[in-house]
This record gives sequence, C-alpha cells and structure tokens, in this order.
Amino acid sequence: MNRFAPYVFLRDLASRWDVLAFIVVIGLIAFLGETSRGLFAPLSQLEITPLSLDPRHLPEYAARTTFRMLAGLALSLVFTLTYATWAAKSERAGKLLVPILDILQSVPILGFISITVVFFMSLAPGRVLGAEFAAIFAIFTSQAWNMAFSFYQSLRTVPLELIEASESFRLSPWMRFWQLEVPFAMPALIWNMMMSMSGGWFFVVASESISVGHTTVSLPGVGSYIALAIQQKNLSAIGWAIATMLIVILLYDQLLFRPLVAWVDRFRVEQEPGVRVPDSWALTMMRRSRVIQAASVAFHAAVLWTSRVVKRTDEPVAAPTPPKRSLDLLWVSLMIAAVVLGLWHIAWVVIKNTPLREALEVCGLATLTMLRVFILIALASLVWVPIGVWVGMRPRAAQIVQPIAQFMAAFPANLLFPIAVYGIVAWKLNPDIFLSPLMILGTQWYILFNVIAGASAIPAEMRYVAANFRVTGWLWWRKVALPAVLPFYVTGAITASGGSWNAAIVAELATWGNTQVEARGLGSYIAEATSAGDFHRIVLGIGTMSLFVVVINRLFWRPLYYYAERKYRLT
Amino acid sequence: MGGAMNDSPLLQCNDVRKAFPKPDGAELLVLEGMNLELREGQIVGLLGRSGSGKSTLLRLIAGLSEPTAGHLRYMGRPISGPAPGIAMVFQSFALFPWLTVFENVALGLEAQRMPRADIRKRSLAAIDLIGLDGFESAYPRELSGGMRQRVGFARALVVHPNILLMDEPFSALDVLTAETLRTDFLDLWAEGRMPIKGVILVTHNIEEAVLMCDRVLVFGSNPGRILSEIKVSLPQPRNRLDPSFRELVERIYVEMTARPLGGPSARQERFPGLGIGSVYPRVSSNLLAGLMEAVAAAPFNGKADLPEIASDLQMEIDELFPVAETLQMLRFAELEGGDLKLTEDGLAFAHAEVDERKRIFTRHLLNYVPLAAHIRRVLDERASHSARKSRFIDELEDFMNEEAADQTLRAVVSWGRYAEAFAYDDENAMFSLENPT
Repeated sequence: MNRFAPYVFLRDLASRWDVLAFIVVIGLIAFLGETSRGLFAPLSQLEITPLSLDPRHLPEYAARTTFRMLAGLALSLVFTLTYATWAAKSERAGKLLVPILDILQSVPILGFISITVVFFMSLAPGRVLGAEFAAIFAIFTSQAWNMAFSFYQSLRTVPLELIEASESFRLSPWMRFWQLEVPFAMPALIWNMMMSMSGGWFFVVASESISVGHTTVSLPGVGSYIALAIQQKNLSAIGWAIATMLIVILLYDQLLFRPLVAWVDRFRVEQEPGVRVPDSWALTMMRRSRVIQAASVAFHAAVLWTSRVVKRTDEPVAAPTPPKRSLDLLWVSLMIAAVVLGLWHIAWVVIKNTPLREALEVCGLATLTMLRVFILIALASLVWVPIGVWVGMRPRAAQIVQPIAQFMAAFPANLLFPIAVYGIVAWKLNPDIFLSPLMILGTQWYILFNVIAGASAIPAEMRYVAANFRVTGWLWWRKVALPAVLPFYVTGAITASGGSWNAAIVAELATWGNTQVEARGLGSYIAEATSAGDFHRIVLGIGTMSLFVVVINRLFWRPLYYYAERKYRLT
Repeated sequence: MGGAMNDSPLLQCNDVRKAFPKPDGAELLVLEGMNLELREGQIVGLLGRSGSGKSTLLRLIAGLSEPTAGHLRYMGRPISGPAPGIAMVFQSFALFPWLTVFENVALGLEAQRMPRADIRKRSLAAIDLIGLDGFESAYPRELSGGMRQRVGFARALVVHPNILLMDEPFSALDVLTAETLRTDFLDLWAEGRMPIKGVILVTHNIEEAVLMCDRVLVFGSNPGRILSEIKVSLPQPRNRLDPSFRELVERIYVEMTARPLGGPSARQERFPGLGIGSVYPRVSSNLLAGLMEAVAAAPFNGKADLPEIASDLQMEIDELFPVAETLQMLRFAELEGGDLKLTEDGLAFAHAEVDERKRIFTRHLLNYVPLAAHIRRVLDERASHSARKSRFIDELEDFMNEEAADQTLRAVVSWGRYAEAFAYDDENAMFSLENPT
C-alpha cells in the first residue's frame, strides 16, 4: 500500500485493474468449477479410509497434518518467490498481478476448496493422492496470499543504495535476487509465514474432511479427527485433539519458527546496535552442532555456486528499456481476451442460473454477515485494546501473553461447536446472535497482537511526559494511549475483519452430531451450497463475498489506514 | 602515482545533459553542459550543494543511469552500464547487513566469478590494506560508522578499479572519524598502495575538497552545471591552517555565493527570487533569527565572512547557504564576495524584542515574498477568509514540480505562522486568517 497517497482511495476503489482482476479471478473459479463438474461421475466410488477416534492414532494424524501444512507452506513459498517477483519486476504484469492477489485474498478459503476439490481428485482418480492434493491446495490458499504480498512489498522497498551497490559491483540478476532481495525480504516473510501457519490450522478441519455434494473424503489427520469427533459427539476426543494441537504448535514454534526468527534477525537493515536480539535454544543448538554447521556451509556454497552456473547476461542494467509498442499491443489484447472469457464464464455460470430474486437475497445475507463482522470487531476492540495497551506497556507480561495469543489464533472454531450448539439448544438462544462469536474466535487475536506491538512502541519519553504532567485516567487514554496505538490497531482490525469474513463459512453453520444450528448469513449460504454441491450458488456466494470484502476494504479500511498512518504514526 | 601523467584521459564527459520526465510530460532538467576530464593520478572534486546534480553526474559515470544527451567515455570507450574498472563508495556505506565483512568485500569478486582461492587472497589483501584485519567475520552492525566505511572502501578497492568514485563518503561520520579516514586514504594514495589510477569525490564540504583534491569543480543549481574549476596545487599533506589553504577556501566561498551573470538589473541580481514562481528552501524562523543574531553580535558586528561564521556555528555549507540566501531574499542581509552583511532591518531585527521582531518580519515577508502576499490577499478578499491549500499548489505547479511546490508552500506556511500573517490547518489543508481558539 502506498502510504503517501492519502486521497487516492476513491480512485483506488474502482481502478480498471481491480475490475479486471476481479473478473479474471471469479471467471477462473467459475471455469474450474464448470470443468470439474464434468469430471464428477467417476469419483463417486472413491473409497474412504476409515478413521479412528482412539487417541493412540493421534501422533500419526498429527504428523500427517503437519506434513500437509508444511507442504502447503513450501508451495506458498514457491508461489511467493515467483508470483511476487514477477509482479514487482515487470511493471506491465504488476498492474494486473497485484489486484489479482488482492482479490484472491478476499476469496474465502473454503470457496477454493469447494470449487477445486473435484478437479484435484480427478488428477488421481480413485486414489487418496488426489484428495491429498486438494487438501494441500486448500491449505496453500490459506497461507500464500499474505506471504506473496509481504514479499512484493519488500521487493519494492529495497534501499536504493543497496541496489546501486549491487549494480555497481555488477551482480547478475540471479545473484542480486539471492544475495540482496531475498535476504532483505526475509524478516517480513518469516513473520508472515508464522501468521500463515496459524491461519492454516483454523481451516484444518475443512481442508481435511472435505465434503462437497456427493464427494466426501476424510484424510487421516487432526482435522478429520475433529470432524469425526463432532459427528460422533465425542467430547473426550475433542479434548485429545486440543491437546495434540497444543503440542504440535508448541513443537513447530520451538523447532522451526523460533530459530528462524532468531536467525533472520541479522537480515534486518536497520543496523542499530543494542536492540534486543531474539534468542532460541534450538538455533543455538544448531549453530553449535558440527553437522548442521557443515550443512549450512555447504548450503551457502551451493547458493554461491548457482550464481556461477546461472548464465550471466551482460546486458546493461542501466535505464529501463523503453516499452515496446508491439508487446504492449499483445498484452492489451491478452487482457481483453481474459476479460471476455471471464465475463462469459461468470455470465454462463451465475447469471443464467440465478434469478434476480436470489441475487438480491444473497446481497441481503451478505449485509447480515457484514453487520455481524463490524459489531464483533467493535466488541473485540472494546475488550482487547485496553488489555493490549496494558500488556504492551509491560514487557514481562507481553512475553507471556504473545505465545498464548498465537496459540489461540490457530484454534479452529469447530472445536467450540459442542459448547455453542449445547448452549443454544439448551437455553433456546437465538443462533443469529449467539453463533456470531465463533466468527471472531481466531481473528480477534490480530487486534491484540498489533495493539501490544503498538503499546510497546510508545517511546519512554512520551510516557514520562504523561506521568510528569499527571495525565491520567480517561485523559491519558484519549490523548496518549489510543492515538499512539491507532495505526497498529487499524492494521490488526483489517486482518481481523478479513479473517472473520472467511471464518463466517465455518461459524455460521455449527453441527454437533445430528444437531445443526444455523445463523442466517452469507457464510451459512455458502456452507449449505457446498454440502449440497450446488456450484452455481457456490460461485454466486463466493463472488458476492469477495465483492463485499474488496469494497469494504477500499471504502472503509484503507482510508482509515491512511488517515491513521498520516496522523498518528510515531516516527 | 602523483606525477605519472598519461595522454589519454581515464574519463571524459562531453556536453552531458540529464533530465527526468515529469508526469505532465514536461521534463525536469538536473544537469546541463557537463564537461569533465579525469587523468591518471588525479583526484577531482565535485563540490556543490544538494540539488546541484553532482551525485547525478557520479551515477552517470558509474553507469547506474544514462544521460539524456552527451557522451561519457571511460578509457576511450563509451559507458553503458556499470563498467568493470569503476567502483563506488557510498555515503551511507550500502553494506549488506546479512554478510560479514569478508563476504561484503568478496561480493564484487564473486560477481566476476573469479576462482575461489583468488577471491580469498585478494579480499584479505584489501581488508588488510584498509586496516580491517581482525574484523573479517564481523557483521556490519557490530562495527562503528568509521569501520563500516572502511568496509565500503575495501569492497571498492578489491575489484582493482581504475577509477574510484566517492559519493560524500565522509559526511555520515563524526568529525574526528572522518578526519582519520581522510588522512588514511590520502596516505595510501600518496604512497601509491591502492590499485586505483584516479578518484572522483563528491562533496559539499569546501575544506574537504581543498584538502583532498587536485582540481575542484564548483557546481551551481537549477539546473546543475559547472560554475568554475579551481586548481589546487598545494603540496600534500595539506594544512588547514596554512594561509594559502584558507585563501583557497575563501575563494571557493566567493565562487559559490556569486550570482550567475545576465540578470535583469543589479538590484534584482542581489535579491533574486521575484515572482510567485520562486522555489524556497524550508528554513525555520529560528534559524533565520539565530543567524542574524550571530552576525549582529561581536566579533562580526553586522558583517561576517562566510567560512568564518560557518566554522563558528559548526554549520556545513549545505546548512548555512539556504539560511543566508533566505535572509538575502527577505532583505535582511546581502551576500557579496563570500561575506554576509546584515541590512538595516536585519540589524534592527537582531536587536529587537519578540513583538517588534514579528512586526519587522511580517513587513518583510509580505513585501518580498510574493507568495505570502498573494495568500494574504486572497484571504483578505474572500468573505470566508479561508482558502484551500490545493488552490495555491495548483498555481505553484505552473512554475515548478510537485515536490518543489510542496516544499515552497510549507516554507511560506512556517514563515507566515511565525509572522502571524495567516493561519494554516494541516488537517483540512485550509488557510485562514483567524488562529484557532
């Protein structure tokens, strides 16, 4: 996002690139769905591996789930390094690729599953492999977009002098990518990978226990285990699942992310000495281990070796070549073709099969969900902003709270279904209201994370001034704390809002055994269409949700973000 | 290395011109009529204030960008892209924070695909030469600014360049460190221990230029061009207190404050910047008052020699010149022959109390800054006594680019606020006559 353009959001709202991107993405989804419907028949006999609720199987399930998530992460990394690089390096491609990424980000994750599952399973008919592809792809869609965005941002903000230095010492583009651009982007990328892992857990049930129309697959894993426990109303199994998740999250946090975060600290460009260096016992161990030492030396040598092997093009790096007329023409005609195709598919799939009444109804449902998201964000803010400020001012407390919040962010809403369904049925509560908290279950923590970060960034001098002039109570909140954390809060609230829309599909339709509780909204509409396998309604629902998310972002969150950045960012 | 002269120059620039396209299709001229020659054994200084295009010229020579017109030749061959024999030292060091000292130095050789053993040998030699031995495995963040710039030098020298380009390499360092590094560099140069044949040094520090260079090219701004060339034939090592050294510094000050020829009249010549199209630097009223007070006080008593007052106030020319020129533009002082002389009103201002100062300042602001007078007139004429910022920005952009317009308006806003000539609300981007209650 361009921080220095506060007044461009009106233009932003409807840039033709966005419209184009929207059409292309939704058109592609409609196309995939349409194609895969033709491949529907042979899959109906797919065999299902029986699952067991015996906790002794949990280590194996946990291992398989973790493997899927890491495979998804690896795919996301590959996607990030290629897509984002292309978008950043080619001005022509970037104009379309960036809005496409923005739209993809707003397409609900479960939407991808319902559309693509049949396609993936047709890749390896009759085998679990196809289902594994589908699950890994689903996890990939919950991880990739924010990583790609972060990498793109980093590529665009590499310090000019470092670029000039690498040009002046005549690094080849390949070498420059691995020696300058990737290292520079690393800290932000690692942080986003951690966020992505949490996001992946939230949808683990939906991605492993896939149920679209007549296609039902349960891949062995923690997600399917939870799904089965819900189906069989087995509370103790739910407990085991929670314990397993806790252990797995703890393990990869300690073994993977902690070391990465500590290691990546050296890639920060701000070279201020004396800043707290994150530490990790695992990294220390690895650094001191001879075997791993040798491995890392070998790896480094390999990276250098590739820069020797990859052919060096000695074309002058200076001054971008003027855009070629014929290429532009080709590009434009490609775009036009994409728009026509996209429009065609959208028209074919949705409009032909959708009476106006249904379209209006879907918009009404979306408005209901929107209302829910806004009210929940407001409520969560009331709770977490004061707590976050309190915690952020106390480094000790922050150290304790951060990992807990990180775990909570990964906590799938399905695990709370028993409580929600029991409560609503027992006390005859209104599900429209009392199912809503599930939507914000995983996403409210982003508000807390960011407010803690903001509060801990308040300069000590500012706090001393407040204390010195005895600014306390409400005045202190109004004039000191709230303005100081506002830019951070807005960032968190944007993430939380996007996540809550996504979660609506899981949260608006809760099941426990045979009992089903439903809240009226776009989420339950899509969930029902998915289980019915009605892909016209799936596309309509997903398209509407993406549209709502994009418009709300452009009309509400982005202007708010620019405003907060401009007025309240402490630099 | 000093005396070795050779017939073909290392570097030649002929009629080089550089312009950047503006969004509206017009172009912003930053360099014009650049002619420059670097011969073996020379250090040539490019001296000027920020915005005079000296760094742009250096980047053209480095092959980091291309000239709009004109020719650049390195050892007789046209420069297109970074040439193997030209290396650069950067103002902010530009080290890769994730590489150790050794890896940073070796990077340029890696890019050339030199055999591993040679890379090691040459990198260690360069590290040794520049006084970094023992620091090979340190990361840049562990080093002080001076040590970091030594890495910058080692990295440039290791590729054995014929020409070393230096972009204000000492300006990010404290005074003492910078002096040590300069002396070390000059020693290595005099002893011929560096594998380089010629140096181009960009600087805005006059004394640094006189201390290090054989020739100094003085740059002027808007557009960037060479005002004059000054030969420094003092023997090395040079002494800053030497009268002939001082004389040269003084002479360059005079060059840099001299106005270009061909103005409308002598009077306007001395007080440039008429009309709404003038670009103003952002100089705070505190600095203006501070300089007037300093010049008015003993030992200057109203007339100060620029090099003297610069060292007295510990200001670099980049900081001092805009203040002095703003005083001249407001007719609180006159700049002549390297001297800054307060006018009658300037003296009166320096000796006045707060309220009287504001009255004097308001009078001068509205009389001599057409933009301020224009804003005031618009506000007076309107019934609402308010006007949008965009209105004035639009008018300014007829004369200058967006950035300059913004800077100019901000400068005038800050003077207008001090003078209480008008009020400005940044939140709503509105000018008004009343101050907030």
